[in-house]
Amino acid sequence: MSYDALRHFADSWGLVFMAVTYAVLIGWHFLPKGRERSDKAALAIFETDETEAGNG
Amino acid sequence: MDRLLLKSGGWFALALLALLAALMAADSGFAVHMGIACAAALLMAVVTVRGADYAGIARGLLKMPVDQGKYDDDPIRWGVIATVFWGLAGFLAGLFIALQLAFPALNLGIEYTSFGRLRPLHTSAVIFAFGGNALIATSFYVVQRTCRARLAFPTLARFVFWGYQLFIVLAATGYLMGITEGREYAEPEWYVDLWLTIVWVAYLVVFGGTILKRSEPHIYVANWFYLSFILTIAMLHIVNNLSMPVSLLGSKSYSAFAGVQDALTQWWYGHNAVGFFLTAGFLAMMYYFVPKQAERPIYSYRLSIIHFWSLIFLYIWAGPHHLHYTALPDWAQTLGMVFSVMLWMPSWGGMINGLMTLNGAWDRIRTDPIIRMMVMALAFYGMSTFEGPMMSVKAVNSLSHYTEWTIGHVHSGALGWNGLITFASLYYLAPRLWKRERLYSLRLVNWHFWLATVGIVLYAASMWVAGIMQGLMWREYGSDGYLVYAFSEVVSAMFPMYVIRAAGGLMYLAGAIIMAWNIGKTIAGSPLREEKPMSDAAYDPAADRPLVTQPA
Repeated sequence: MSYDALRHFADSWGLVFMAVTYAVLIGWHFLPKGRERSDKAALAIFETDETEAGNG
Repeated sequence: MDRLLLKSGGWFALALLALLAALMAADSGFAVHMGIACAAALLMAVVTVRGADYAGIARGLLKMPVDQGKYDDDPIRWGVIATVFWGLAGFLAGLFIALQLAFPALNLGIEYTSFGRLRPLHTSAVIFAFGGNALIATSFYVVQRTCRARLAFPTLARFVFWGYQLFIVLAATGYLMGITEGREYAEPEWYVDLWLTIVWVAYLVVFGGTILKRSEPHIYVANWFYLSFILTIAMLHIVNNLSMPVSLLGSKSYSAFAGVQDALTQWWYGHNAVGFFLTAGFLAMMYYFVPKQAERPIYSYRLSIIHFWSLIFLYIWAGPHHLHYTALPDWAQTLGMVFSVMLWMPSWGGMINGLMTLNGAWDRIRTDPIIRMMVMALAFYGMSTFEGPMMSVKAVNSLSHYTEWTIGHVHSGALGWNGLITFASLYYLAPRLWKRERLYSLRLVNWHFWLATVGIVLYAASMWVAGIMQGLMWREYGSDGYLVYAFSEVVSAMFPMYVIRAAGGLMYLAGAIIMAWNIGKTIAGSPLREEKPMSDAAYDPAADRPLVTQPA
């Protein structure tokens, strides 16, 4: 692939691909139940387990 | 027995090979480095043969808890000690070279102590030795807790720790001897690069392995940041250090790239070292330790996901802003600038996410000096991620580039964000790892906080003044069309600012010494320091009595 072709691919389909990937990765967490799952994940670090219970 | 023979024999053979390489070395620096490698291998051989429980002895000396518990915490305890030690060494080197700029006599007229050799020693000591050890230690701590799994491959985890220390020693001694690739933040030569690659792959295996054997279904967001840091640094390190050694027994090598391609590769690396080493890795600390210390969940978990993917997608393109007005094609410079400006938004999203975690508990800033430190770290994250995009704008860059403003910007991020969030994490970790009631002293944390904060303010403010003055003096033309100021006049004009900067550095170092004392006393298990508590409810004994009914 020549430099020119690579350059044109990068600022057309390459850019579209990256933008769509980004939107999907973010959008995933805004699907229904996303808030619920996120809140659960945020709280997971506070569930005590035996080693931390003494000194947590 | 056979196994022991094989293991110790292997170490001896390795030592012998290193000794041979030292004897046949093409230059003295390579010989010294092979000597260090030989000594390290011999030490391992002796330790293997003697069969004494050295780990146990060390554990006793450093008062590590005998009970190994559910998690494998010994490498983390070692990491906490190494972080404090390398921090002190790196800050001291920084203070010394700051004084060298103000008082050039301090170069001492010896090549080994000249600014040019000590400067990479300082940058690598603070970024890779202090920051790197903090990242490795906290990542091992966080990944075990959030995955509820013991560290995968415990022997490999110990190799990562000690191998990384060997890398630091080789890099640091190399700089002093003048061994350098001349690539900023990637100065070590080819064989040290190869060693770091081995250590880093082992790090990835230990971290990734622990995630794979997790008993928690969800991978907490801090681990995403850690993993992106490990993977991206591996990629950056390998590509930027592609080079051809002149001799397999010599320290000199030449880069695989030439000209502006080489410069762009270097700054693609250099800027993403900032983005993924100093930002993503330390954000991982923020996303675990801030909620834990505040005892509240992160403000918005979904914002942290947006923060993560936006950093990943944007940061990697920002490097060309280091090469404004150079031979780099104009479109690439503009691309770097535009992506840098876009980075401002996710960075502030992350800062707001961290700060708003304290929503409803703002009083903790007054009562808890560790929270205070975290909040200041986030404030500096916000300030330097605003300043950075602004400086990447070409018009601003034409004034700021090559001036002390850049140095001030780097230090407001490094001292303010990386330094303070690391100190706060160390204060969180020390009592927990050594099973103490709490830190030896909270008042001393407060002292550290104020010394560090005032030190950073002095540093950043003096460098703004120095940088802008320097930039304006450089570009000042007289009516006759000649430059008004000679370079030497610009240098001497900056003297007061250099002295103020050194004073700021001294305060920052003083704070770190207080931290070393505090953490040392915590590790030693000293009784808690007798001190006035950080906050008390007001008490007035005169008013503390039942209300007596007044006679009519």
